[in-house]
Amino acid sequence: MAARISPDSVWVLGAHMTRFARYPDRDLIDLASESALGALADGEVTVADIDVLACGALFQASGAVGQRLQKQIGQTGVPVYNVANACATGATAIRTVMMAIRAGEAEIGLAVGAEQMGKMGLLGGGATKKEKKVFEPSGRYGAVTGVDGHLGTETMPGVFAQAGMAYAHDHDGVGFEQFARVAYKNHLHSTLNPLAQYQKEFSMEEILESPMMSYPNTLLMCCPTGDGAAAVVLVSGERLASMPAHVRKRAVKVSASVLTSDPFTEDCQVQPDVNTLTRNAADQAYEAAGVGPADLDLVELHDCFATAELIHYDNLGLCEPGGAGDFIDSGGPFRDGTTPVNVSGGLISKGHPIGATGVANVYEVTTHLRGEAGDRQVEGATVGLAHVIGLASACGVHILEKAAA
Amino acid sequence: MAPARVPLVDYLHLEPEPHLVAQECIGCGARFFDRRNACARCGRTEFAPASVDGSGELRAFTIVHRAAPGIPVPFVSAIVRTDDGTWVRSNVVNCDPTPEAVTLGMRVRLATYPVGADDDGTEAVAFGYEPT
Repeated sequence: MAARISPDSVWVLGAHMTRFARYPDRDLIDLASESALGALADGEVTVADIDVLACGALFQASGAVGQRLQKQIGQTGVPVYNVANACATGATAIRTVMMAIRAGEAEIGLAVGAEQMGKMGLLGGGATKKEKKVFEPSGRYGAVTGVDGHLGTETMPGVFAQAGMAYAHDHDGVGFEQFARVAYKNHLHSTLNPLAQYQKEFSMEEILESPMMSYPNTLLMCCPTGDGAAAVVLVSGERLASMPAHVRKRAVKVSASVLTSDPFTEDCQVQPDVNTLTRNAADQAYEAAGVGPADLDLVELHDCFATAELIHYDNLGLCEPGGAGDFIDSGGPFRDGTTPVNVSGGLISKGHPIGATGVANVYEVTTHLRGEAGDRQVEGATVGLAHVIGLASACGVHILEKAAA
Repeated sequence: MAPARVPLVDYLHLEPEPHLVAQECIGCGARFFDRRNACARCGRTEFAPASVDGSGELRAFTIVHRAAPGIPVPFVSAIVRTDDGTWVRSNVVNCDPTPEAVTLGMRVRLATYPVGADDDGTEAVAFGYEPT
């Protein structure tokens, strides 16, 4: 299967990501500039060709990062959208450019995601109020003091642990070992990716016995914090058709670009429902692209924690309903399995500089579809899917297809 | 005289026996514990108080070993579905915080415990769920 260029289609023209790492000697704009310039060069265009810029950097969301990037790489006066959507921030930047192109307001656009987190440590939770001298109810729950640790956990490893355990409650064959095997796979995959923050294999025993963060997620089953950036240049099919053959050949079609939020479910008031909006996004994306899960040659999905990856096998339809435990146990998502998942090493090992993540996933799939992924190349890949989810919640799914020869 | 007591959150009612009170949408019956502007399911703006069943089932949990400074660990964070179908987030209490002692699907019931006092000696009372 390979896609042909129709005028109303949208394509990835250029893509780039920095290695995810910790860069104490560089700032956010250095990282964003490297990726933006890298993606422009990769697509054989310049900043003067860009009609619209969308930029996502979650922890500096109010810092006009897009305009500060322009001041380094080119102040052309085009519209800039600074976007923030939790861990789906990068995917939202891509989707913003997609919409501008589809609306006919732009022919070529640039989406950049960047983040500088350093050693930020545990995210979420701990929003304890200063202990008041006199207990007085405040806030939407009328709390007299902080509730984190008394009324459940608000930490990310804990919240996603519960999401995995809710799946384990409903389905057989899912437990500590299955979750650990997800982390084993992604650490193993990362050894082939020079852009990964960590590139080290760990044994199952090492993963199971690493420090417990929030059962069943041990330290080696949690993504690190870090720094990095990624960028893609998108182009309309109409404009791409006028470009040279060698450029067209490397272009990758965006066959689906979907963003969802979480609809009401019975339990969504007390635990983030990361499932329903992912299922909705996947359904919409498969329909828009005219492909199904069985057509996917690779998937980059949002494995912020091992428990999260496992449930998304089911949410994205990569396994039989309820069969996520069997899927990992049978080797299905390993790079030599039926549907390779996170051959980049995933968030667990490649890293998760939040704003960059949703763009980096599209970079990864694009690179495989071009046949340019080096040692980690999934041979003959023609269709891939990139998924991210941010709590609150926002889910982005992009399906990409290789260009016809 | 016994010290004054206040609930940790306003949806915990201590009298006559400790129980939770949800706001139930009069349109669709959806239950919420927070101050509402409207119903997230159907959009209606009127709610009635509803007492929540004290017994239920443990639907998900995690045993938290790393938390923000000042929060004692380990503790068991839980998602409980009560027998009247209400979802509640809390801790499992009066139970070892180990995967051997805490099991998915186990029966639990509401329990309260003190979480500290303010400068006037008023005690805050939290709720959790204990195995039955």
